Amino acid sequence: MTEKLIQEDIEHEEYTINMGPQHPSTHGVLRLVVSLKGEIVERVEPHCGYIHRGIEKMCEKLTYPQIIHLTDRLDYLSAHMNNHAVCLCVENALEIEVPERVRYIRTIMDELARIASHELWWCSFGMDLGGLTCFFYGLRDREKILDIFEETCGARLLLSYNTPGGVMYDLHPDFQKRVKEFIVYFRKKIKEYDDLLTGNVIMQQRTKGIGFLSKEDAISYGVTGPSGRGSGFSCDVRKHRPYGMYHKTDFKEILRYEGDTFARYIVRMDEMRESMNIIEQLIDNLPEGDFAVKMKPIIRLPEGEYYQSIEAARGEFGVYIISDGNKTPVRVKFRSPNFCNLSALDLISRKQKIADLVAIGGSLDYVIPDIDR
Amino acid sequence: MAFNIYDLTSFTQSIDKALYSVLPPFWAVATEMLIIGVAILAFYAVVGLYLVYAERKVCAFMQNRVGPNRVGPYGFFQTIADLIKLLFKELVHIKSADQLLFNLAPFIVICASFLAIAAIPFAKGLHAIDLNIGIFYVIAVSSTGVIGILLAGWSSNNKYSLIGAMRSGAQIVSYELSVGLSLITMVILSGSMQLSVIVENQANGWYIFKGHLPAIISFLVFLVASTAETNRGPFDLAEAESELTAGFHTEYSGIRFAFFFLAEYMNMFIVASIAATVFWGGWMPLHIGGWAAFNHIMDFIPPFIWYIGKTAVVIWIMMWFKWTFPRLRIDQLLSLEWKYLLPINLVNVLLMAFIVLMGWHF
Amino acid sequence: MNNEELKNRVLTLVPESIITENKQFLTVIVPPDKLHKLAEELRYSEDTVFDYLFCLSGVDLKDTLMVVYHLTSTVYYHDIVLKVNTTDRINPQFDTVSDIWRTADFNEREVYDFFGIKFNNHPDMRRIFLDETTIKGFPFRKDYVDKNIIER
Repeated sequence: MTEKLIQEDIEHEEYTINMGPQHPSTHGVLRLVVSLKGEIVERVEPHCGYIHRGIEKMCEKLTYPQIIHLTDRLDYLSAHMNNHAVCLCVENALEIEVPERVRYIRTIMDELARIASHELWWCSFGMDLGGLTCFFYGLRDREKILDIFEETCGARLLLSYNTPGGVMYDLHPDFQKRVKEFIVYFRKKIKEYDDLLTGNVIMQQRTKGIGFLSKEDAISYGVTGPSGRGSGFSCDVRKHRPYGMYHKTDFKEILRYEGDTFARYIVRMDEMRESMNIIEQLIDNLPEGDFAVKMKPIIRLPEGEYYQSIEAARGEFGVYIISDGNKTPVRVKFRSPNFCNLSALDLISRKQKIADLVAIGGSLDYVIPDIDR
Repeated sequence: MAFNIYDLTSFTQSIDKALYSVLPPFWAVATEMLIIGVAILAFYAVVGLYLVYAERKVCAFMQNRVGPNRVGPYGFFQTIADLIKLLFKELVHIKSADQLLFNLAPFIVICASFLAIAAIPFAKGLHAIDLNIGIFYVIAVSSTGVIGILLAGWSSNNKYSLIGAMRSGAQIVSYELSVGLSLITMVILSGSMQLSVIVENQANGWYIFKGHLPAIISFLVFLVASTAETNRGPFDLAEAESELTAGFHTEYSGIRFAFFFLAEYMNMFIVASIAATVFWGGWMPLHIGGWAAFNHIMDFIPPFIWYIGKTAVVIWIMMWFKWTFPRLRIDQLLSLEWKYLLPINLVNVLLMAFIVLMGWHF
Repeated sequence: MNNEELKNRVLTLVPESIITENKQFLTVIVPPDKLHKLAEELRYSEDTVFDYLFCLSGVDLKDTLMVVYHLTSTVYYHDIVLKVNTTDRINPQFDTVSDIWRTADFNEREVYDFFGIKFNNHPDMRRIFLDETTIKGFPFRKDYVDKNIIER
């Protein structure tokens, strides 16, 4: 009897491994404590907080234009979109109407940032699976977008280009030409990406059927963005609560229903193509006009609560500001898409093999500074 | 001493005669062994170093960048610099590791690949040991390398190294079957296991052309299986950095790590040279029957260059698909062998035997 | 459902709630003991189906601690905001809603970490970002004092 119990004990022994804060595949400082039984994952516990900077608390002492510079550092790959969210929140609170040129500029820059962010995701996803060449191909093409950003805003990644009332400077005179050249170039390159990784049998075997997330779970866990749309959860903020120029452009919301890693992969690849369609529709019709509205030197929001959400590259990014009429807010809360996506990691990695954990993490595509804020 | 670049037999015979005339027989044989040992050691070291350089350059070419280009012209001395760095690195002493086995493991891996090189024909007359069971010997000794890997994992006293070593061991032992069977297919075609006979028989056409369909299938299977044997390419889960378990050589540092690293590249070289010898004619030039002028030009190139050229092409192919494909998971890797390659191999052996009996080869 | 109907619905479920409306959302201030019941009703009843909790925040107004839940429906696309507050700053407690919306699991841990608000029946009530050994209080509270913070 005791031998049987001991035997059962040994067979059911779980051992814990640490995918520590420094690891090539966790894309940042995240500690995952993984309980394994043999090769099968029983539980994954994320330990966050290694890059917590207290951004929300800092914002309580800063004026509204200063908050914009901090939002860059949340999900740094969708830096422009985060800035856009704060500007929209402030402008809606003050009931200011920005010129149409500003809306065009903001939308085009958003979509370019989205393409750059998805390219970096593709690079690191390929690299995690072992196809190291993907990393270099994606980065080479991303450099072209970063060059466009640098010409206009002066910065490559943390743009801080938006400001309440408009944008900081007008577009560079070559902007339209460069964006059009880029679109032609990238349409060819994205076919190369498909040849290299999407059609590869090894990659498909490692991603199809792995890490299933059902639609009800996606809604319950708040998994938005491409990860949620891969499970059939229609959550694109650009369609449901349009902002910028999205109500005037014609684009599809990419939805897939299989809910596995491969579905999330395909959603992101198709989103890159849709972003190019959106840019093509807008780039030729840039209206003339001001690039900013004259704002008061000190911006005070009227007393009350304001919420604005936008579609960042990884999901729904929301800004919730509570103001009491002063020049600094009482409370700023950033609804972080990556935080909610990470909470689903435990659910979808159960009963998968440890080697798949890397692929699942790559397909959820979390950026740690956004989780920790 | 006549040095005929096309037939080094006379050169080696003249050295042999000179030694026998000067020294008593025992010492002459001993000196010969010493000369061969040193020559192969030098070859091993130089080729190993330059394969690492070649890999870095090929990888850079595939990834749209330049690769090493600072140390020496075109970065030629980069590997020498890396070797000097590794020699100076601190050999971290692991207290809880099994000292004897821990230190022994890299040597076993190197010895296994060293033994295999001895049997390969580099050119006409430049053949260290010409056993009549050549292929069998080569497969057998290259299998002993797995002992080194398992010892490394076990003696490190680290559960991740052990997992990595077990996976690696399982992978190598499984793919041995495919390697062996595909070479047996070619033995059926040639009728002999002796490597020099195999090469001589390809004088009027390489086996891959003579044996058409089964030889081509055999070549492809051999290529896939030998990449898995040497833990390279899409089959390198056991030592990949971006996976969880860090592999059997985690605890090794400095020159001991360099041994494992070097042994991996030399295994790749050995496997490529076996492929070149058995399938592509070894040091035989490319002859197309009937085109006398073409054959004459091909004969002009010395056999040693042919051999190195063919091996280099096979190595290039192996590097090409390492840098293109993502990695296979361990269970997918083993199911590839047992469910796909093994049945294909068995059918192929039957096919080749049938074709040889019927006389339907060239 | 439009705001009027939602208002009536909430008032029938929890008559003590205080309902306000601004340009964006209909806001309901619920007494803490009725929160779980109201949340469950809103989530599971067929004509409201508030299945997506998109923002859960803790707020420290000078004298009260508040938790704000932003809900929306993926079926009807209507929104509502629930608020609970307490003046107890020593041991504030609310009921958890993580059994209704799984996203509340991590978010409530975050609120506990920053404000000290405990949630009853939460499966894993501990800090998520900060380290217990180095940070002893609850940093996002207005009365948090730390000698390392430099005031501008």
